[in-house]
Amino acid sequence: MLLREIAHTRTGDKGRILTISLIAYRDRDYALLEKEVTAEKVSAYFGSLIDRPAARYALPKLAALNFVLHRPASQGVTRSLAVDTHGKCLGSALLNLEI
Amino acid sequence: MRTVRIGAGAGYSGDRIDPAIELARSGHISYLVFECLAERTIALAQLSKRIDPQTGYDPLLAERMEAVLPICHRNHIRIVSNMGAANPVAAAVRTREIARKLGLDGLRIAAVTGDDVLELVRTLKPAIVDDETTVESLGDQILSANAYLGVEPLLEALATGADVILTGRIADPSLFLAPLIHEFSWPLDDWPLLGQGTVIGHLLECAGQLTGGYFADPGYKDVPNLARLGFPIAEVSEDGRAMVTKVAGSGGLITAATCKEQLLYEIMDPAAYFTPDVVADFTGVEILEQAPDRVRVSGGSGRQRPSSLKVSIGQQDGFVGEGQISYAGPGALARAQLSREILAERLREHRFQDLRFDLIGVSSIHGEELSRMRSEPYEVRLRAAARASSRQLASLIPREVEALYTNGPAGGGGVSGSVRETIAIFSTLLPRELIAHHVHLEVT
Repeated sequence: MLLREIAHTRTGDKGRILTISLIAYRDRDYALLEKEVTAEKVSAYFGSLIDRPAARYALPKLAALNFVLHRPASQGVTRSLAVDTHGKCLGSALLNLEI
Repeated sequence: MRTVRIGAGAGYSGDRIDPAIELARSGHISYLVFECLAERTIALAQLSKRIDPQTGYDPLLAERMEAVLPICHRNHIRIVSNMGAANPVAAAVRTREIARKLGLDGLRIAAVTGDDVLELVRTLKPAIVDDETTVESLGDQILSANAYLGVEPLLEALATGADVILTGRIADPSLFLAPLIHEFSWPLDDWPLLGQGTVIGHLLECAGQLTGGYFADPGYKDVPNLARLGFPIAEVSEDGRAMVTKVAGSGGLITAATCKEQLLYEIMDPAAYFTPDVVADFTGVEILEQAPDRVRVSGGSGRQRPSSLKVSIGQQDGFVGEGQISYAGPGALARAQLSREILAERLREHRFQDLRFDLIGVSSIHGEELSRMRSEPYEVRLRAAARASSRQLASLIPREVEALYTNGPAGGGGVSGSVRETIAIFSTLLPRELIAHHVHLEVT
């Protein structure tokens, strides 16, 4: 199953930091998110797009996880040459994760 | 219990104006807050002020004020905004002129200053956060240094009876928290209450992002009438609990899902969200749908405010040149790749700080790995972008891309190109007692 079937995301950016919230559509799927979508799995998934391991914060009351990602120096919002300088499209990529 | 209704009239500098008019007309609000100042915006505004000292405020200030001032005046709505950008006093003077022209008598317009700490940063040379560079090495390239002020100057301005308050850099949630503190006389050291107020401010500060903007994903998250997206209103009780809603009949939607996404937007550790007013804790927040487009938000908390203020430093960072060209039909990808090889070879000898090629429609957003090709695309757009220390060198990129028309592969079309000056942002911290604010008043 793709993550997209049970959860939605929103991406935020603060300089070199990117944040992705991952929120279960149904509260009862939160346990599955917490078990399956580990910081290690997310770090491996984004590979060279990030330069430090992802940090994960749990918000059980909201049935949500919050990921904090660190982009390489050349990829911060003010310096990046990328099409998506902010990295706002990255949360959509996470929805393609197989769980 | 007494309540106050606050509306969010803009979530960024270029935001739509009609939703703010709708809020002022039909939102039954007492405050209309416009958040218009992104990190880089103030450095750009500072550049403009250097050229003309009467400018440096938000480019849409006049258009927004002309649209909402008469309605807000009639409906007794006070306006709070950081549209003052690099020049709040000039913004207040301009707003006074507009109010006079509109025949609005007795209007009080306050300008908040004190966030510009460029001299202080040059003198104290505080350490840059999360970067190896120093204030000394940035030298003359520093354009601006602005501290994130909190609620205090806003409270002072509200106490003068100001109808319009224009600021430079103020922490976004503080723009919403200050009216709540003013209305309910919340103690400035009731950290849990200020934390909950900060939750409300954080939810509203991006305007349409709470009401269905930045949310729709057809078939999964459908949003009605995004073309007429309504902006949010928070109806806040004296004890801090809030109902978030929007004008009936406006586009968009407010659900638990839209609120959760916005609550966590740009948040790192949700137990420690730092603002000048409080270290807010979002982990206890409860979000409850009460009725269509009516969601209850409670449970935000907080701890004592930090002793330092964050300062954002803008630096001139050279130039970026960019060029694009399209290929379509059979062999489109191979021709785009051939163009990329040609450009790489011709640009190799030049001293670009950074050079990048993208195949738009193939792998430009997430790179080769995540966007593994499933089939050959019908059309591809090749993009080249480079960072350079001079405008002249940067302009080589659009020129070389354009030359692919007559010197490159078959059927290249739709060339576009640009050169722009860029600004880098760094952060530092200063002890809050070193930073003084002022409130300046203009009256029609």
